[in-house]
Amino acid sequence: MPDTDFSIAQPHPNKTDAVQKLGLAIAGIGVLILFLAIAQIELPDSGLMLWLSLGGIFIGTVIYAVRTYLTQPAGIKNNGVWFNSMTNRGALGWIAGIILTAFYVQLYWYPEYLGLGSDGASNKGIVALFDPLSKFFSGKPASQWFVYGTLYTVAILTLGIKFMLKYRHNRYQLIRTVVVMISQLFLAYLIPEILNGLNTEAAYYNKDIKYFWPLNYYFFEDWSLDAMRANGALGMSYLIWGIGMFTVITPFLSYFFGKRWYCSWVCGCGGLAETAGDPYRHLSSKKVSAWKIERYLIHAVLVFVTIMTIAVLYGYLSGTGKFLGLDTYKYFSRPYGFLIGAIFSGIIGVGFYPLMGNRVWCRFGCPLAAYMGIFQRFKSKFRITTNGGQCISCGNCSTYCEQGIDVRWYAQRGQNIVRSSCVGCGICSAVCPRGVLKLENGPEEGRINENPIQIGNDGIKVNN
Amino acid sequence: MQHIAIIGNGISGVTCARYIRKQNSDVKISIISGETSHFFSRTALMYIYMGHMKFEHTKPYEDSFWKKNGIELIHKYVTKVDTDNKSLLFEDDINLNYDKLILACGSKSNFFGWEGQDLKGVQGLYSFQDLQEMENNTTNVQHAVIVGGGLIGIEMAEMLRSRNIDVTFLVREGGFWRNVLAEQEAKLIERHIKEHHVELLMNTELDKIVDDGTGAVKSVITKDGKEIPCRFVGITAGVSPNISFLKDSKIETNRGILINEYFETNTADVYAIGDCAEFNTPVEGRRPLEQVWYTGRMHGQTLAQTICGTKTAYKPGPWFNSAKFFDIEYQNYGMIPADPAPNHEVFYWEDTTSKIALRANFDKASKKLIGLNVFGLRLRHELFDTWLKKGTSVEEVLVHLPDANFDPEFYKHYELDIINAYNQQYGTNLAPKKKSWKRILNNLKKLQNA
Repeated sequence: MPDTDFSIAQPHPNKTDAVQKLGLAIAGIGVLILFLAIAQIELPDSGLMLWLSLGGIFIGTVIYAVRTYLTQPAGIKNNGVWFNSMTNRGALGWIAGIILTAFYVQLYWYPEYLGLGSDGASNKGIVALFDPLSKFFSGKPASQWFVYGTLYTVAILTLGIKFMLKYRHNRYQLIRTVVVMISQLFLAYLIPEILNGLNTEAAYYNKDIKYFWPLNYYFFEDWSLDAMRANGALGMSYLIWGIGMFTVITPFLSYFFGKRWYCSWVCGCGGLAETAGDPYRHLSSKKVSAWKIERYLIHAVLVFVTIMTIAVLYGYLSGTGKFLGLDTYKYFSRPYGFLIGAIFSGIIGVGFYPLMGNRVWCRFGCPLAAYMGIFQRFKSKFRITTNGGQCISCGNCSTYCEQGIDVRWYAQRGQNIVRSSCVGCGICSAVCPRGVLKLENGPEEGRINENPIQIGNDGIKVNN
Repeated sequence: MQHIAIIGNGISGVTCARYIRKQNSDVKISIISGETSHFFSRTALMYIYMGHMKFEHTKPYEDSFWKKNGIELIHKYVTKVDTDNKSLLFEDDINLNYDKLILACGSKSNFFGWEGQDLKGVQGLYSFQDLQEMENNTTNVQHAVIVGGGLIGIEMAEMLRSRNIDVTFLVREGGFWRNVLAEQEAKLIERHIKEHHVELLMNTELDKIVDDGTGAVKSVITKDGKEIPCRFVGITAGVSPNISFLKDSKIETNRGILINEYFETNTADVYAIGDCAEFNTPVEGRRPLEQVWYTGRMHGQTLAQTICGTKTAYKPGPWFNSAKFFDIEYQNYGMIPADPAPNHEVFYWEDTTSKIALRANFDKASKKLIGLNVFGLRLRHELFDTWLKKGTSVEEVLVHLPDANFDPEFYKHYELDIINAYNQQYGTNLAPKKKSWKRILNNLKKLQNA
């Protein structure tokens, strides 16, 4: 018998009521303004238009989500996920993937199509739309990165609220999401923008304290080091903090909490994945073959970033700009920035949400995730505990694992899940219908049970 | 090479095959099923209909697993078992010889001979084929009736509601799943069912199902004469062993295939496990037919020992079970009757939202815990396994309830509320002990080294 997929279309669609329609209309106008701006159609009063757009997206989406979720009893809301063209790699999903990918391509390589003015020309299009907000922070017109950062933050805040309404029965999800939203708004957006705005003449360096090496791959590049060194106490604090985050704080926190303290609680990439990307988490591949690719690829990126950084630092400290006779920009940092920074983390990482799931970058590419994963696997208190013999092998945990972990494989044999790739989002535990999975931090002893027993059968010792 | 044939690729048969293979690489193992080519989780059928998963997600092992482990899969129905010649006959008239036969052929839905039960749109829900039929039968249906207030009935209600189909749920008893749940718990679930806009009719029995003139269902009529128009009728009045293909064999059956504690039937080299098996002498305190996922798994594990040469009797630990009723999770440790036995004392607590509850039955004289149900709370299985085996008192259990808490982090804790309610009811002065990882791990270590 073929493995039949059932109906493609919902025979009894949920009817959208007046309030939901209102929310969708308001959000739709907000999105429409963005598209009109991208199409470089002349808009009157860009300040007003920007607020209409961002405000419309935020308010409209919240109205829609409140109406959708609060009218139903609290609980897991996965009805129709595999019937919906937007979330089952159907036509809508592909369209969304192509639009997102195209946006990233413009962002990295063709910002002039977004309207970025070059050689002193004023901005047009969507970049010009954001000029008033940029001028508010720094007095300068917007760049494509300012547009991106603002939209990114709006997406996390808006869809974070939607996520919280969807999982309102689950306090782990609520607290985690509030933290990830605050991290994005203040640490990644407002504080850096304000600091940059206070001293617009100073050379640029990254001021997001939670964005550190090796995820922030340019931290040790000459321009970044020079900028920090040239910026007095603040610059030096950032330099020391950036090194301390990698060498001390990350190992320490990963030991106590697993890598989730970062990946699903504060990280910007994780923040977007958990909020905007939540409807796509089930699209990650659970095949053993995917796991094999993942292990090679993510650790290869970690090796790549390490070699690249050693080369760049050697070139910087030696004052030659060369490593083994090779120009460090041309042969090390530029290829990394192009292949990993742009193509992998940006274009594939987010552009492919609707096709490969919301954690493609985090699972296959992020060198910081790989680094923390080593602690999580070998030296950490974090584990997902399996509850005795209660698993019914239904497959919800594996299906909804955004990192593609076959959670069920462990749960059904009574084994705890200790995997380097787990970002601790907690959704496996949430969707489990029988209360089998619990994320927790406990003693290292007994954390990894290589020879699990299955509780319930006293006649034999059931070793799995 | 010895050939072990297993009829049925559900949890019992598959578990048995896996555990035989773990111990013995020198036997040929065939798993035969006409239902699906590969093992899937029957408990997950509802999620396919609801769009949470696709069929492929319900398969606990990738398709390559079977070849890798040398387990042959035969996707055919068996029509006849000839135990004299140790031969199976398939639907396509091909024979297969075996040395040992394991019957793990599961259940089928009960139909009690109602008028109109064969009409189009009337069905049970057990097999993959049932699910396909339900997909077809519910297309363009506005109103459905479900007959039988148990686990499959409420799952079917949740499935239908996920597609915005109106549901009328007929329950013969005075309360939901009342042959298992006590009244307060039945009420708790009933309130939640209504919250999902299901019309719940208690003390209502099906009389007959009415034909619309084309051989399809038009309505049902209840025993009190009420007619309910509907285009779909879900019959969920329990299941019974799926053994009709054994009718002409020499294997002795009653409601199920009769077996002893070693899963041996009356016929040499023929065994039965899972839903289809009926114990001649049930394990003390348990039923002759055990039709849940967990017991199927244990049957398979145990029989594999015997097949591999270590004759092993079925000796399950304390009973446990779980379910989910729409949004409310249920866990159960220790078998407790719906209405307490004469020596039982019952402690029941419900929180103010009326969605979270705990019930403990304990011995009146010794206060020994007999069993415990929780709704909307998760508890650690290992601790209850140990407590029930040791005959721990209910008070000791309540004091150590924080150890057993398995809810996600940051969830509200109810241990204090629960123990206060107990103190109030029994005039005691108990206080919960702080969670101790040491106690939890020591217990686990003991179980692992047992």
